[in-house]
Amino acid sequence: MTFADAMARYAPVLGLETHVELGTASKMFCGCSTKFGAPPNTHVCPTCLGLPGSLPVTNETAIRFTVMIGLALQCEIAPWCRFARKNYFYPDMPKDFQISQYDEPLCTDGHLDVVVAGEAFRVEIERVHLEEDTGKTLHVGGATGRIHGATHSLVDYNRAGIPLVEIVTKPVAGTGAAAPEVARAYVTELRELLRTLGVSDVRMEQGSLRCDVNTSLMPVGATAYGTRTETKNVNSLRSVERAVRSEIERQAGLLDAGRRIVQETRHWHEDSGTTSAGRSKEQAEDYRYFPEPDLVPLAPTREWVEQLRAGLPELPAARRRRLADELGASAAELAAMGNAGVLGLVADTAAAGAPAAEARNFWLGYLLQKANEAGLDDPAELAITPAQVARVIVLVAAGILTATLARQVIDGVLAGEGDPDDVVATRGLQAVSDTDELGAAVDAAIDGQPAVAAKVRAGKVAAAGALVGAVMKATNGQANAAVVRQLILERLDGGG
Amino acid sequence: MTTATAGLTRLTASELAAALAAGEVSAAEATTAHLDRIATIDDRVGAFLHVDADGALAGARDVDDRRARGEALGPLAGVPLACKDVLTQRGVPTTAGSKILEGWRPPYDATVVARLRAGGVVILGKTNMDEFAMGSSTENSAYHPTHNPWDLDRVPGGSSGGSAAAVAAFEAPLAVGTDTGGSIRQPAALCGLVGVKPTYGGVSRYGLIAFSSSLDQAGPFARTVEDAALLHAVIAGHDPLDSTSIDAPVPPVVAAARRHDVAGMRVGVVRELAGEGYQSGVEQRFREAVDLLGRLGATVVEVSCPHFGYALPAYYLIAPSECSSNLARFDAMRYGLRVGDDGVAGVEEVMSATRAAGFGAEVKRRIILGTYALSSGYYDAYYGQAQKVRTLISRDFAAAYEQVDVLVSPTTPTTAFRLGERVDDPLAMYLADLATIPANLDGGAAMSLPCGVSPADGLPVGLQIMAPALADDRLYRVGGALEAAYVEQWGGPLATKGPPL
Repeated sequence: MTFADAMARYAPVLGLETHVELGTASKMFCGCSTKFGAPPNTHVCPTCLGLPGSLPVTNETAIRFTVMIGLALQCEIAPWCRFARKNYFYPDMPKDFQISQYDEPLCTDGHLDVVVAGEAFRVEIERVHLEEDTGKTLHVGGATGRIHGATHSLVDYNRAGIPLVEIVTKPVAGTGAAAPEVARAYVTELRELLRTLGVSDVRMEQGSLRCDVNTSLMPVGATAYGTRTETKNVNSLRSVERAVRSEIERQAGLLDAGRRIVQETRHWHEDSGTTSAGRSKEQAEDYRYFPEPDLVPLAPTREWVEQLRAGLPELPAARRRRLADELGASAAELAAMGNAGVLGLVADTAAAGAPAAEARNFWLGYLLQKANEAGLDDPAELAITPAQVARVIVLVAAGILTATLARQVIDGVLAGEGDPDDVVATRGLQAVSDTDELGAAVDAAIDGQPAVAAKVRAGKVAAAGALVGAVMKATNGQANAAVVRQLILERLDGGG
Repeated sequence: MTTATAGLTRLTASELAAALAAGEVSAAEATTAHLDRIATIDDRVGAFLHVDADGALAGARDVDDRRARGEALGPLAGVPLACKDVLTQRGVPTTAGSKILEGWRPPYDATVVARLRAGGVVILGKTNMDEFAMGSSTENSAYHPTHNPWDLDRVPGGSSGGSAAAVAAFEAPLAVGTDTGGSIRQPAALCGLVGVKPTYGGVSRYGLIAFSSSLDQAGPFARTVEDAALLHAVIAGHDPLDSTSIDAPVPPVVAAARRHDVAGMRVGVVRELAGEGYQSGVEQRFREAVDLLGRLGATVVEVSCPHFGYALPAYYLIAPSECSSNLARFDAMRYGLRVGDDGVAGVEEVMSATRAAGFGAEVKRRIILGTYALSSGYYDAYYGQAQKVRTLISRDFAAAYEQVDVLVSPTTPTTAFRLGERVDDPLAMYLADLATIPANLDGGAAMSLPCGVSPADGLPVGLQIMAPALADDRLYRVGGALEAAYVEQWGGPLATKGPPL
């Protein structure tokens, strides 16, 4: 079943649940550090280990961040709400219940608009609530790192208790074949929004932004949603798109064969690009939610909420509109930059002194290529700043670097060799503009291609490009192409 | 043991503190005297699960050193105390009376323990209790029963039975207990002691191994009202580590205890906490106490709290529901008992085997009850309804406190019952907390004060005094005035009138 076949017969409905680890310094209910990558079980205390007698105390920054997210997503902020206990047994959950929110989420009924191929889609937000993260279980001894075949398991509670915001969409219908791109665009836009708010480092590869995608199909023209599956572990933007596509194809194949979709959790496999069945959700687990008696209700005052609303930074959509004006970019260029996630980088590079068009070319060209090579979902994670890119562009404009040398300088910066000027100095990458130095290479190029030289002499100036290319090749790209061209034209101008 | 040091155990905390402050006795001597008393009689009383002799003596010597250096010390510095084994104490075995925590040494101090230490109070050891504070006789301890010092064949009450017995047996002048449905007041009544459940949120729950989070509250046991107030003042007060802790000054309990005057106070007798199920000897002493209050100048009226009759069933939904969640963490993964880990069994099998082996029958009964009450489809009918009843009971209290300053009732329907008498009849056992549960559901303060012995069996009877949230001082004012009158009648606190062991 190809995707096109599936789309001819079925309409997909999506639902996205995004978990965001908040970038607070301390955990949700205790003072332990949230820093990523510490040795196992070093960021723990009686509370986040759930030791007998310990009690939670709410992290006020986490509440503030969550309300900010709600406001940025145009949600209603509850004037009074409570945490609830979600009860289930699992070793990575120290208390065997998770402090979460159930029927009283902090934020409800918002939306986030995304654009795919020039078409706008509104993704409705059902709720934004706050909860605590679990620990991490490491299964040892098996071949796959999964529990099957493992001899034993180890649990690291460093992550237990890190504040986690869950953002749940309402069913997203009406996207048609754009569903995979809409899913990706939504997560991309959400990530941009969260980064702009400064509430999370939103690193999908480190798990600080995690996405579960619900997918169902119904026959085209139908209104009743089909049975959905929930795909977990979708931890890159590309995977969000691929997972939706894969799940649509799989479900369409089953439906075409007259089989039913089983309501279940499915695991996404990055390598094969497919999902496999996980826990069945046909018998819904009873989490026995009840209001958390160890915490007092949250009651954000109207005044405080309005204060936060007034203090929100410029949000990505507004920023894009402003930058489009400032950068003088066309709608197509804007879309290209937006989809590649470089709009802010281009703007910052331009602000640092580079012409907007050059900034856009660098980020959409060589830098995006480097990001892809490095497997980075987000070009902002490259080890080069917009100011450094602007400096490279300025050096090119000044004739100090050629396009080829500019790439080498960027490579050097990415390799940690310092600022562009440091790389130029240490690698000796100055463009050669000295006419005496270049004279011999120019002569050799003219001698080597007499037929081309004759054409130039006959007035076909455009043919000089081949000679310039030969000189550039001979000088390993270090020659200043403009100077070379000038020399060639001087030598061939009526002289012979 | 010299006669002089043996006499130290007969002193009240207040008397002992004065002797310590005057340099007439050292904290080490006072501690040794109580440790000797424990060594002599505790095999018959069974008040302690763990006696921390070394830690206690070290703490006592530290107080003596600080006193010698002229440091300012708290009012109870150097006074020994017994602590219910439900509060964590760094490095000292803490079991909550359960096998599932056998051998666990907490890495941190409960706030109550930290405040006792900061105040120089010497913690002698950890006292016996019903497992996870579930019970009214201390027979649900996974380790051994505790005997009532008034009659060793009888229960001391529970769940803080070890703390009550320790004070009644002169093994300690003070003890800390916890009260979820009456677990301080009921054993205080049965052992002839003063026991106080402070206002919910008045004493930090940080480090109190939770039974029912919205009801649990730690409080003092003592042989006199003043002693209870002194301990109350040490352990109470706002704690940022407990979100439900009240950020308000501690009510002036010590001054109230010393006032000995109830003239002009309005006292309400709760009509619903009398009659069927209350022994005649208990009712007789209760009526006498009410008459005495009138003679002391209080205005006594009868008030009705029509929803109190629903308190017991509501409690037996709310408390088990919360406990089913609170006790989930005992899963063999991080601390305590682990059963069935043979290298083959899966994690759920180990959790299940450990909980089957580690929890006693009453704990399992309540976990099952609570799990059921919170289940999808039953939540509204059970937990939801119980919460509505809780609101109605709070309204009853609020209406009553518009008419009166305090409410009174018998603390328990009966005097101490015989060991084994109710172990096979959970409902009969639950009835022991009939009169004490409403105050827990409301969150207000309540005290049990000795009001004599029942003419029928010569065993202590308790008068319950209840006050609104944050009006704990009213309990001490009423209790102190009554106690002064009783001491005149009896020639000393009731606790000194028990039979010798």
